[in-house]
Amino acid sequence: MPLLSIRNLSVTFATSRGPFRAVDGVDLDVEAGELVAIVGESGSGKSVAMLAVMGLLPWTATVTADRLTFDGRDMLALSARGRRKIIGRDLAMIFQEPMSSLNPCFTVGFQIREAMKAHLDLSRAERQARAVELLELVGIPEPERRLSAFPHQLSGGMSQRVMIAMALACKPKLIIADEPTTALDVTIQAQILDLLLRLQKDSGVGLVLITHDMGVVAETAQRVCVHYAGQQVEMQETRGLFRDPHHPYTAALLAALPERAQGRMLPSIPGVVPGLADRPKGCLFSPRCRFATDTCRNVPPPRAGAEFGFALCHTPLLAGVPQRREIAA
Amino acid sequence: MSEPVPTMATEAALPTRTSTDAVMEAVDLAQSYEVSRGLFAKSATVKAVAGVSFRLAPRSTLAVVGESGSGKSTLARMLTLIERPGSGALRLDDTDVAEADAATRRRYRGEVQMVFQNPYGSLNPRQTVGKAIEEPLLVNTTLSATERRERALDMMKRVGLRPEHHGRYPHMFSGGQRQRIAIARALVLRPKILVLDEPVSALDVSVRAQVLNLLVELQESLGVAYVFVSHDLGVVRHMADEVLVMYLGRAVEHGPRDAIFGAPKHPYTRALLSATPVADPEARKERIVLEGELPSPFNPPKGCPFNPRCPLVMDRCRVEMPPLERKGAQLVACWAVS
Repeated sequence: MPLLSIRNLSVTFATSRGPFRAVDGVDLDVEAGELVAIVGESGSGKSVAMLAVMGLLPWTATVTADRLTFDGRDMLALSARGRRKIIGRDLAMIFQEPMSSLNPCFTVGFQIREAMKAHLDLSRAERQARAVELLELVGIPEPERRLSAFPHQLSGGMSQRVMIAMALACKPKLIIADEPTTALDVTIQAQILDLLLRLQKDSGVGLVLITHDMGVVAETAQRVCVHYAGQQVEMQETRGLFRDPHHPYTAALLAALPERAQGRMLPSIPGVVPGLADRPKGCLFSPRCRFATDTCRNVPPPRAGAEFGFALCHTPLLAGVPQRREIAA
Repeated sequence: MSEPVPTMATEAALPTRTSTDAVMEAVDLAQSYEVSRGLFAKSATVKAVAGVSFRLAPRSTLAVVGESGSGKSTLARMLTLIERPGSGALRLDDTDVAEADAATRRRYRGEVQMVFQNPYGSLNPRQTVGKAIEEPLLVNTTLSATERRERALDMMKRVGLRPEHHGRYPHMFSGGQRQRIAIARALVLRPKILVLDEPVSALDVSVRAQVLNLLVELQESLGVAYVFVSHDLGVVRHMADEVLVMYLGRAVEHGPRDAIFGAPKHPYTRALLSATPVADPEARKERIVLEGELPSPFNPPKGCPFNPRCPLVMDRCRVEMPPLERKGAQLVACWAVS
């Protein structure tokens, strides 16, 4: 039984212009000690899907799923009180903007101890000792002194280390990291990624890494899910995905990276991600796909098998060439 | 600052490709700010840029690379004549605009235009796209309203916007299209130089490729030179002819793109390259993870600014500032590089 198991997760927001489906039929299994990356551009629903797992979406969102279990428990059937017992303890999250995720009115020591106070049965002195230990673990020099610092006294990299320390405070089984290094400089990003990888290896915690940076994916993840316009269009082992992407979107995304470019002009993807008003009838990527056929434009694509990286495509690619398949009835 | 600050580069040491026909030449540009540190404390001086020199050839791209706090945005503000440099010379057409009077500076401002990082913040939400693109013409030229409209529509076509977009407002556009609007606004005066401050870092990968292609096309068709400020080395490698790597207000390495990416010499450049994630899980590469963070610009380290984080640090680095000297194909400021 995987640690986190999601089948057919959908999230619909009630907006003033009608319902908007931000996440559409996402499947995901994460084993303990595994590092899975979710990549996608803005608006691809990658953050919303994970916020739905955490139960952190506003009341305008309707979450449905055939299965949404964490550590054997059904997260959808859980009461709010029951969920609060799990999130922050067994299931922790690291957010994108470390500077704005910390409360500016409290010291970082208070904020780290707060989670332990809510979830663990430790005395005040034990919590303090654990907080010092955590800051040491994430590589903050002079941890005793830093505990009484306020967030504005820390740099971006230090704040993100504090966020990681908070996530680790109650020894979680799974950490969801939502763009943990996007706001940071490259050399600091390298430090934070190294730290996350080391902690993940040492403690055997499962890690879901949400990112838009293909470079970060290539250097960290074991498995990758690619999201587009709320749908999960491909899922593969990292090496396989970069060597032979099966969904045309993944292929186009990789080709558009300047570091993989051959000539002066980049093979760009025309157009933009469809919005609420201009959602295509068939495959959501068909207006931008160079392999699109009439079938693609009119019939929603079926999910391919594991040999095609579960690509959501009528004609998944094999070594860059579209493969005709029997269209599922 | 008691130690003598050596000049970073003399004119002779600059990478001279075409020494005569540079569209822009910066010599030892420096800028410092007085920063108040509270009611009773003495105000401190921050050297945001401390001596940067380069020559920009027509139709070429100079990339300025550095992390936050390296002074690249301050440099961009000086190049666009938004700020007058604290010291040094900035020559456009053999006129030193750093020393020139206000009227001359105003005249030259049309020659150097800027595209900002965030297209959501850089466009006035109450101004139509057409008005935004026409405004530089209204301020700087004596063209009639019809002529301005014509010029704006022509520029919109060049950047891939349709004529019907002329009367629309910025909120109706996506990030990539807004950046096209910002580029059109910057180019409508037909500047010789375009300073781009992180022009694609707010954009998604698929849209980023479209905007980068547009920049390449415009450079070819309009012959404009770019100063491309970025922290994304993948994008820099794709766009630049020459690269200037900055650290704490100083140039640490400067040279042709292939030299910088093929054989980086300064330990900071090498660390930066190794820290940049490469989208290839099978690539084996040197991994240098730097200790610590950028030191406070209020209190820069003595000697080489990089010495507290440098893996090759020697005693000399803690005392003496290394000059920017020619080492191979590029200029490098490091004692450890021979």
